[in-house]
Amino acid sequence: MMDDFVSVILLTLAATLRVATPLVLCAMGGLFSEKSGIIDVGLEGKMLMAAFFAAATAAVTGSAWCGVAAGIAAAEALALLHGFACITWRGNQVVSGVAINILAAGLTVVLGTAWFNRGGQTPALEGDQRLLPLFFPGAGDNILVYVALASVPLTWWIIDRTRFGLRLRAVGEMPLAVDTAGISVPWLRYRAVLLCGLFAGLAGAYLSIAQNAGFSRDMTAGQGFIALAAIIFGKWRPFPAFGACLIFGLLDAVAIRLQGVRMPGVGEVPVQLIQALPYLLTMFLLAGFIGRAIAPKAAGVPYEKEH
Amino acid sequence: MTAAIELQEIRKSFGNVHAVRGVSLDIEKGAITGIVGENGAGKSTLMSILYGLYRADAGEIVIDGQPIDMASPHDAIAQGIGMVHQHFMLVDTFTVLENLILGVEGGPLLAGGLAAARAELVRLAREYGLAVNPDAKVADLSVGEQQRVEILKVLYRGARILILDEPSAVLTPQETDQLFRILAALKERGVTIVLITHKLREIMAATDHVYVMRQGQVVADRRTAETNPEELAELMVGRKVRLELDKTAPHIGEVLLEAQHLSLVDGRGVRLLDDINLSLRAGEIVGIAGVSGNGQSELLQVLSGIRRPTSGRLVVRGRVIEAHHPSDPAEMRDLGVAHVPEDRLRQGMVAAFQASETSILGYQDEPPFRRGYLLDGPAVGKHCARLMDQFDVRPRAPGLRSSNFSGGNQQKLVLAREMSREPKVLLVGQPTRGVDIGAIEFIHRELLRSRDQGCAVLVVSVELEEILSLADRILVMFGGRIMGEVPAARADERTLGLMMAGAQA
Amino acid sequence: MLPLINIALAFVTVGIIVRIIGVDPLHALRLLVVGAIGSSESIGYTLYYTTNFIFTGLAVAVAFHGGLFNIGGEGQAYIGGLGCGLAILALDHFLPAWAMIPIAIAAAALFGAAWAAVPAWLQAWRGSHIVITTIMFNFVAAALMVYLMVNVLIAPGSMTPQSRTFTASGKLPQVQEVLAAVGIQVAPSALNLSIVLAILCCVGVWVFLWHTPWGYALRTMGHNPEAAIYAGTNLKHMTMLAMCLSGALAGFVGVNELMGVHQRIVLDFPAGYGFAGIAVALMGRSHPLGIVLAALLFGALQQGGAELAFEIPTITREMVVVIQGLIILFSGALVHLPRPLLQSLLALAGR
Repeated sequence: MMDDFVSVILLTLAATLRVATPLVLCAMGGLFSEKSGIIDVGLEGKMLMAAFFAAATAAVTGSAWCGVAAGIAAAEALALLHGFACITWRGNQVVSGVAINILAAGLTVVLGTAWFNRGGQTPALEGDQRLLPLFFPGAGDNILVYVALASVPLTWWIIDRTRFGLRLRAVGEMPLAVDTAGISVPWLRYRAVLLCGLFAGLAGAYLSIAQNAGFSRDMTAGQGFIALAAIIFGKWRPFPAFGACLIFGLLDAVAIRLQGVRMPGVGEVPVQLIQALPYLLTMFLLAGFIGRAIAPKAAGVPYEKEH
Repeated sequence: MTAAIELQEIRKSFGNVHAVRGVSLDIEKGAITGIVGENGAGKSTLMSILYGLYRADAGEIVIDGQPIDMASPHDAIAQGIGMVHQHFMLVDTFTVLENLILGVEGGPLLAGGLAAARAELVRLAREYGLAVNPDAKVADLSVGEQQRVEILKVLYRGARILILDEPSAVLTPQETDQLFRILAALKERGVTIVLITHKLREIMAATDHVYVMRQGQVVADRRTAETNPEELAELMVGRKVRLELDKTAPHIGEVLLEAQHLSLVDGRGVRLLDDINLSLRAGEIVGIAGVSGNGQSELLQVLSGIRRPTSGRLVVRGRVIEAHHPSDPAEMRDLGVAHVPEDRLRQGMVAAFQASETSILGYQDEPPFRRGYLLDGPAVGKHCARLMDQFDVRPRAPGLRSSNFSGGNQQKLVLAREMSREPKVLLVGQPTRGVDIGAIEFIHRELLRSRDQGCAVLVVSVELEEILSLADRILVMFGGRIMGEVPAARADERTLGLMMAGAQA
Repeated sequence: MLPLINIALAFVTVGIIVRIIGVDPLHALRLLVVGAIGSSESIGYTLYYTTNFIFTGLAVAVAFHGGLFNIGGEGQAYIGGLGCGLAILALDHFLPAWAMIPIAIAAAALFGAAWAAVPAWLQAWRGSHIVITTIMFNFVAAALMVYLMVNVLIAPGSMTPQSRTFTASGKLPQVQEVLAAVGIQVAPSALNLSIVLAILCCVGVWVFLWHTPWGYALRTMGHNPEAAIYAGTNLKHMTMLAMCLSGALAGFVGVNELMGVHQRIVLDFPAGYGFAGIAVALMGRSHPLGIVLAALLFGALQQGGAELAFEIPTITREMVVVIQGLIILFSGALVHLPRPLLQSLLALAGR
């Protein structure tokens, strides 16, 4: 009896981590960008593009690590595009993010069909082309899961304990103060955007090489937006955002199991309600009903020098 | 006297505006020098040049005997000059320490820089009395404490020369006293201080030496101990040219708008308006003089319904409006109050709209512009054309984008719009700001015409000549209060100047 | 001038991508154009797609004029369709078509407006960023619709999550039927009378924005909130009005899809129209006339793209999605990019 209970807990924990890993990676990446004042709605698109290029490269080269590198490169390309549009050309950050999402959704299928002719999928990956579990086969704990876990304290440390992090936080709150202190606002923001691309790339590579065995169209399925919700839910801080990712991951892992199960007093909980919970919770938070979530003050506002 | 800084024949123009015309002055080392003047005197521009924010068109900056090329604030900081701006450059969510080290962290990791800053902060607090809690979030500090952080920032970077631009503008009187105690302590330790202000009390109390600037030039140079407020006030304000307007004696009628004990306190407890009492009567022009930033803008906002007062009441043509039940611009318009805002581009018009659309801003819901559910396009166009004819707005193009009109024509259009409604009360802010000479005369005549037709006109202006020409009665605002009232016939520059600078006449 | 350059840039980029996958761009372009307008059937389909783009383009544009960024078109279209469908399912047995249709349209507007009203209220009264709340609400709408379709509205005995078929009164006449009634023969397509609604909406939006006091106040708020306050506008109320109108317009996509084409409630009919509406509004400079032109372009792209994908298997229908994304990018985020080049060219030409 006790064994069953423990194994259920462990399985749920493993499932949660499996689902939460891309969320965590995306959220950490998105944190860097948002903290610097660049809204990033395009996490979804970066992750998707990375997933495609990672799987495609792994299939062609036979090496999972080449795939990871390619995934990161793809995400960075989109990140640079976003940075170029928002920082250098002071374009609308939301529009840029939306454009990148749509672009990625289309381009991944177009290229996938053109190169592999499987209706958007890449060939199934096997063996060395994938990242396989390290310690617990069956639990899916490949190296990227551990990277994701490590990324949280790393992100916290960079933002909170380094000079770069201080300046990053300053530029997201008051770019004018940073500019008058003689620090380059654009260079800071570009670095933030590039960090975002790095993490989003890892998240995408995880999806297609580690969690699954290949890329299929639209495989990110909104996880980029859930990561955004987690950032907001975590009030733009790394550890709370990580907690939010775990909660959202748990909800997802548990949603399927709860289908058909009658909960005491409530009856059957629709799986769609659980799927919608991350978004509903975030909206509650934004409405100020569960504490206040205050974004970096300069977020979304392109910076123009006065003098 | 050893000069820490010598400014020699500095000139600076922005297009047609000659902000600084050949200014030479010396800043004495280890003393507090004041630079006093009205709006537009050039003092802020001069200090911006000294701090490297602007480059002078001509002239030299000499520091400790060496001519220096000030290309950017970096150069100024390198020379030991620090500037405390009117609008603080602080990150609200950071602690005092974090704000202190931003830009001079001393290494890729913060721990070392924070420790060094903390030690230095203790030293500075001891030496100069600049006590602030290093771990407090700036957002939680009072404005006075935030200003202290700005001063600390500047000292932390090794400044020995401090420039303060209107430092007491955002402070309560108590905080102002604390500030000057700190400045005295700094002076004792050999720091050179430059104080830009329009407040005579501060000049007399804190400075050793004072320069008076007017219209881009230095008009006087005195040791503070050898002068007095009256002399400084007169120098500051100068002989005003009264523009010749054919002004007949006013026919004063009933009280149309009355403010009773109006006060406006902001979130930090600063009294933006302090127990304002005034009344506007039909057929007169009341002028509000004063250096900008003393509550005039807030007064206009409250009287026009844009902003609600904290306490007090307004009586507009018999309708009593209490502070807890405030009005709004639409209702004020219904009561016959028209408002020409101080900043026409930000409040009085929409740059992207056609002139015809701008000509009905605020009145779009009323006939004849509105017919049923629709706007009557032809009626609006006719209205705009009529306004343009009456007020000589050029070009006569109702379809032209509002921003394409010159400043003077924009202002005439806004004035025309408000006056064409035949208001009972007309509130006007800075009527001729950014307006060319020909239009200025026109606007002044129109305001007089309105007054002669029985309107109660309130004119707020930083240009004393304008007030002296137009007003029948002059009120001077300082620090959110009305310092005094003078009938125009008896107004003289000395009295007004004293009140504008915060001293009682 | 600038919008054309932005589109041109988008197309050049697509041409490059097409080249990369080994297809002749000009050949592809020719197929695209022919596929879009080469026959009366394809024209019909193009116009059917255009109808949806007009609705979502207008929706985004109305919100834009008020300074608001409505990304929730997908969700509002979805819920608007739900409203339309629910009205029909409830009443189609009892009412004739001429009564049912207006009620269904009103229901679509109401439901779409309601779905936009929640983020609008949050923005106006709680200061929550409307971009984020509308994105979130898209996902909530999707989840809600899946739940309803699978558990509540599913037609008895059906394997796929869709409602029962509407009766004849719940069906919008096809355009080819109407034309046939007056003697004009065209090939059948999905084009239905909702295009008339779309045109009416264009006129309505034009009148509202530029010929009513509320539209005037809305545009003032969008350009300059301080001037709007000066002019006596209540910003909170105006925000609600703008978003509700926006949501209602997006909801009409449901009228086209459910009443005009599917004749039942189905899943996933918003199919990206909401996001594409952003591109249409940006390209059309938020003016109804520009929106119609932009919507025509997008409709042609959609139809032509489908034909292109049919002819050249290596290019999939997703190419249209790529073009949409690039247009949004160039017309929205990089809109100022060609300006310095243009200025230099104009300076050169002037010499």
